[in-house]
Amino acid sequence: MAARRPMSLRRRLFLQMLGVAAVLSVALYLTVRTVAERAAEATQDNILAASATAIAEAARAADQGILVDIPYAAFAMLGAVSEDRVFYRILANDETITGYEDLPMPGPGGAGPAYLTSPYRDTVVRIVRLNRQLPVDGRPVDLGIVVAQTRLAQDAIARRVANVAAGLGIGFFLLAGLLGGLAAQSTLRPLRRLAGAVSRRGPSDLRPVDHSAPSELQPLLSALNGFIGRLRAALDRTETLIAEAAHHVRTPLATVRIQTEIALRNTDDDATRRTLRAVIRAVEESARSAGQLLDHAMVSYRSDHMDRGPVDLARRLSEMVHSVTPAADLRDIDLHLSGVDQPAAITGDEVLIDAALRNLLDNAVKYSPADARIEAALAPGDGWFWIEIRDRGRGIGEAGGAELATRFRRGANVGDIVGSGLGLSIVEEVARAHGGRFSLENREGGGTCARLELPRT
Amino acid sequence: MRFLLIEDNAGLAESVQARLAMDGHAVDWADTLDAAEACMDGADYDLILVDIMLPDGDGRTFIARHRARQAETPVIVLTARSAVSDRVQVLDLGADDYLTKPFDVAELVARCRAVLRRRGGTASNVIRLGNLEFDPLAATVRVDGEPRELRNRELRMLEIFISARGRLLSKGQLHDRMFSFAEDVSDNAIEVYVGRLRRKLQGATVRIETVRGVGYRMAGP
Repeated sequence: MAARRPMSLRRRLFLQMLGVAAVLSVALYLTVRTVAERAAEATQDNILAASATAIAEAARAADQGILVDIPYAAFAMLGAVSEDRVFYRILANDETITGYEDLPMPGPGGAGPAYLTSPYRDTVVRIVRLNRQLPVDGRPVDLGIVVAQTRLAQDAIARRVANVAAGLGIGFFLLAGLLGGLAAQSTLRPLRRLAGAVSRRGPSDLRPVDHSAPSELQPLLSALNGFIGRLRAALDRTETLIAEAAHHVRTPLATVRIQTEIALRNTDDDATRRTLRAVIRAVEESARSAGQLLDHAMVSYRSDHMDRGPVDLARRLSEMVHSVTPAADLRDIDLHLSGVDQPAAITGDEVLIDAALRNLLDNAVKYSPADARIEAALAPGDGWFWIEIRDRGRGIGEAGGAELATRFRRGANVGDIVGSGLGLSIVEEVARAHGGRFSLENREGGGTCARLELPRT
Repeated sequence: MRFLLIEDNAGLAESVQARLAMDGHAVDWADTLDAAEACMDGADYDLILVDIMLPDGDGRTFIARHRARQAETPVIVLTARSAVSDRVQVLDLGADDYLTKPFDVAELVARCRAVLRRRGGTASNVIRLGNLEFDPLAATVRVDGEPRELRNRELRMLEIFISARGRLLSKGQLHDRMFSFAEDVSDNAIEVYVGRLRRKLQGATVRIETVRGVGYRMAGP
């Protein structure tokens, strides 16, 4: 069962900001709507009150009681607003004297107008009630003027306001989302920069990370540096251990080898000579295998974390040829170098390239008979440089080049020569790490042609 | 040649001394960097052979100091560290060559000569036998002042005969000194090389005699 990956920080931050934005958008929507509806209602109330006042002012005492001559303006100001219907009811001492008797009304308020919203007939109306005292025949009469209006205009305004508020809310939400995304991005940028600075490092770069990071990242940074420090110490210990081990094994081997040579000089007995030669060969074989095992481990490690830089193949090939020349001279093998007058620049790991070239040249020298000629040639191709090491040795027999490049695999025809079977797999691995190719084939007329192709910069 | 060997392992140092003495080279041995400094104050060396891991310091420090003094003596590193990166590092510091233990003494001598040839400057040590002149360092042979082209192995065979002048050398002895131990060569090969050497030394007052059934000997004035 795969462990579920925790949500990314950016997404978490973004979603939280989005949540806050959603709540704020809804609040904005509700606020705008409420405030606007209140304002619309207040407007209607004011007109209703003004209308009721106008009626109240037109009321006066007459012979038989009260005369209310409803002024045109009282309804005109209401009608001007919309097609809303208007109802009225006038009461004297709580008895309806004119208008709609069934019109509901708010309880008798104080001095000011009282308002009520109530269903009436098949609709909903807004009602205002205004009280006035009017002296009739020397007695005060409580005059109640009730004016009501349907809420069509009010509802229309409310709908418009709701639309605008919804638009505002959505717009606000989208804008907040966008800004939230940008904010999440920019907040996390230092983290990405830090990650980039760490991951761009070369394989052997174990210096502490000296990167200016915000204070929140400092604990991470110091934890990372602590870890790097421990890793470096462990690697140092391992390197020292390997070096010490090599020293303690190889130095006595060197002594054995030289003492055996001395013993060989001092004997004439053929059986003893054969034994002593076998000892020297065993010493060489173990030393060589140990060296190649270390080289192979180094190549495997470095292939995964290449220390890339400009490499001049012409220079590398010349230097490597020069370094094997004394060994080749001992057996009168001519090393012929060509194509190295022009620099051949590639991007790669110099240590890896050196390891590959050395193994190829070592092989060629090792498998060549005395007095033979080895050609080391460098040439530019289309997008490639190729290096060929051609010898007149015994060739690779029936085996394919690919098979010989397998770890510990040696050709069937090399039993009498010291070797570990790791050399070619080192070359193969270096070629692969550089995006290149390595091939090995028999030459016409005998011998082997090893070809290493590496892409140009 | 006169060598200074800086190596802390007594067994190895004594073996190298004994082995190089067989080829006529003198080796002074220092087991620490301090001892090496003392040796260098008292004598001139053709070559310094230095190990990297030493009890009182690092051979690399020695090379860096040696180069800082602008000393001319070439330095060859003999080390147990075989990694390519070690080699690059040591050569960058100014060492002239690098050999991994265990090494073939013949290859060591060949590398020393190659370094000295490259450096030039050092006075040659020409061996004269009758009308034959042999310069092992420059790898040149003259008969009556006329240069002869000898291949590396022929030169080595000549050198072996000269160093054992008058003594009988069996095929086996020649074989062991001429060929690397990793290759199997038939005894017939010795006859081939003796034949070539005789041809190239025609006219010389020294000659290589066959002692039937036993081996060869260099005879002459």
